[in-house]
Amino acid sequence: MKFEAPTPIRDAFGKALVELGEKNPKVVALTADLADAIKVQWFAERYPDRFIQMGIAESDMMCVAAGLAMTGWIPFATTFAAFAAGLANMAVKIAVAYNGANVKIATSHGGVCVGADGATHQGIDDIALMRAIPGMTVVVPCDANEAYKATLAVAEHVGPVYLRLGRIATPIVDDKPFRIGKARVVREGGDVAIIACGSMVATALEAAKALEAKNVKATVVNMHTVKPLDVKTLVSVAGKCGAVVVAEEHSIIGGLGSAVSEALAANRPVPMEFVGVRDVFGESGEPAEILKKYGLCASDIQKAALKAIKRK
Amino acid sequence: MGEKEKGAAMATQIRRDVIRMISSAGHGHPGGALGAADILASLYSGGMRVKDEKGKSRDRLVLSNGHICAAWYSALSLAGCIDRKDLNGFRKLGSPLQGHPSRKHLPDWVETSTGPLGQGASVANGIALGLRMSGSDSKVFTLVGDGEMQEGLVWESLMTAPQYKLGNAVVFVLWNGLQIDGTVEKVKNLEPIADRLRAFGWETIEIDGHDIGAIQAVLDRPRKATGKPTAVVARTVMSKGVSFMENDRKWHGSCLSKEQADTALAELGKSASFSDYPAAGGSK
Repeated sequence: MKFEAPTPIRDAFGKALVELGEKNPKVVALTADLADAIKVQWFAERYPDRFIQMGIAESDMMCVAAGLAMTGWIPFATTFAAFAAGLANMAVKIAVAYNGANVKIATSHGGVCVGADGATHQGIDDIALMRAIPGMTVVVPCDANEAYKATLAVAEHVGPVYLRLGRIATPIVDDKPFRIGKARVVREGGDVAIIACGSMVATALEAAKALEAKNVKATVVNMHTVKPLDVKTLVSVAGKCGAVVVAEEHSIIGGLGSAVSEALAANRPVPMEFVGVRDVFGESGEPAEILKKYGLCASDIQKAALKAIKRK
Repeated sequence: MGEKEKGAAMATQIRRDVIRMISSAGHGHPGGALGAADILASLYSGGMRVKDEKGKSRDRLVLSNGHICAAWYSALSLAGCIDRKDLNGFRKLGSPLQGHPSRKHLPDWVETSTGPLGQGASVANGIALGLRMSGSDSKVFTLVGDGEMQEGLVWESLMTAPQYKLGNAVVFVLWNGLQIDGTVEKVKNLEPIADRLRAFGWETIEIDGHDIGAIQAVLDRPRKATGKPTAVVARTVMSKGVSFMENDRKWHGSCLSKEQADTALAELGKSASFSDYPAAGGSK
């Protein structure tokens, strides 16, 4: 399946899950009263015997998913990012990850663009929480095409996975092959490397185009897998450009920015700047307003890039 | 030897093992472990399908109150699942017998890792559902502590099992009435527990958790999906079998001195059909 126009990433997930249901009889889906919100409803209608409605009980859902995995099923447990990572944290950590259970945790509403629901429903620390759990793979697709491919890929991968999806329609970046743990360089330039995940990949490309007009050449890396991090690609672009900006729809604490910092500090230190939510709770508002207020626009990435270059 | 005597002999040996394992480790949780010995013995001396058999998958046991695992490890060793000698490693570095049961360290027998209270019955529901979806008639037994039921997640799981008609799920509530900070009644009351369980849709039975005949009667119930999960409120005595430890909450997580261990072993006496596990090789 190929998406041309901007499409909500969760729609692509829902369609991929239906395809998985047909291809793999072991795939089952669970949700905590959010079947429509995360588009698992399509799977539920097609495969009612393999759909498990857990009610508003996220920890219970993660534990039941772990039990299903223990008996050979491949469960996709779905809810919002903030609830999976925060509310159900202990269940994810022990019942899923410590057990090494083959559970795929798929969430929508990762980031600040959740409609106008406000801070309680914005997932801005989920990558940090999931990344800190030993053995957890963390994947953040950038557009509908990647979300579709990533959903198929995580079902094949053996072990716990956190698949983080945004809510709004994200511009289509491209339609290239996807492999867990292999970053994709989507634009090349020698002055600065912008490392991004999720919706911020498209924003980073927009920033790179604007920078080009100022004769600044930027590399853009789609770091769709936050863990395990593609350190090889990271060290290579950091070495080539000598300055790095990390952009993510997440807190600057603990997410992709921290992961990139840890890798580069140990392997190839260069000046770095961070574009993300700056240690504050969000609020209600239209996505474009929120992105502007919290410094998550292409213009913010441009500023960060120029600052990083200056520090070379 | 009848079924009841077989169970009693295993229960005595479990209690002896618990005393030796914890006193050798220098720490552990003897109170609940001694209190659960009769239930675990009933399960592992014939009450459950311990191992996979031809065409039949084993019954599963989930120890949600994972801290009492000394008794479980002993039962596993007496049923031939793990080596008796391995009990020497309990709670020690590099041992598969972790301080709380770990699937990572003992994958063949620990169906789900436990420790943080509240998760066991919930994972057990997933296992029960998964087994049923696979066409298996295996049962899933879960042991839950009384104080543990103060965790909200336990009640989420108590709603899930009746919703999905998990007739293959059996939960034993080990009710000794004590928890770390006091009596359950004082810390946060859970009575009338049987009424609460019934109201949640569970086939609920109350038994004396040390009456092996009564436990075996529960376990002998026919192996067919009744559509209703079973809850067994097992009234037990903390540290049952060792008089100076009984009903004293300090033994939830205290270790016995060598002298205390000897006194306890003398009171317990020898098992009618099992021997003590051999001490670690080359003991000085």
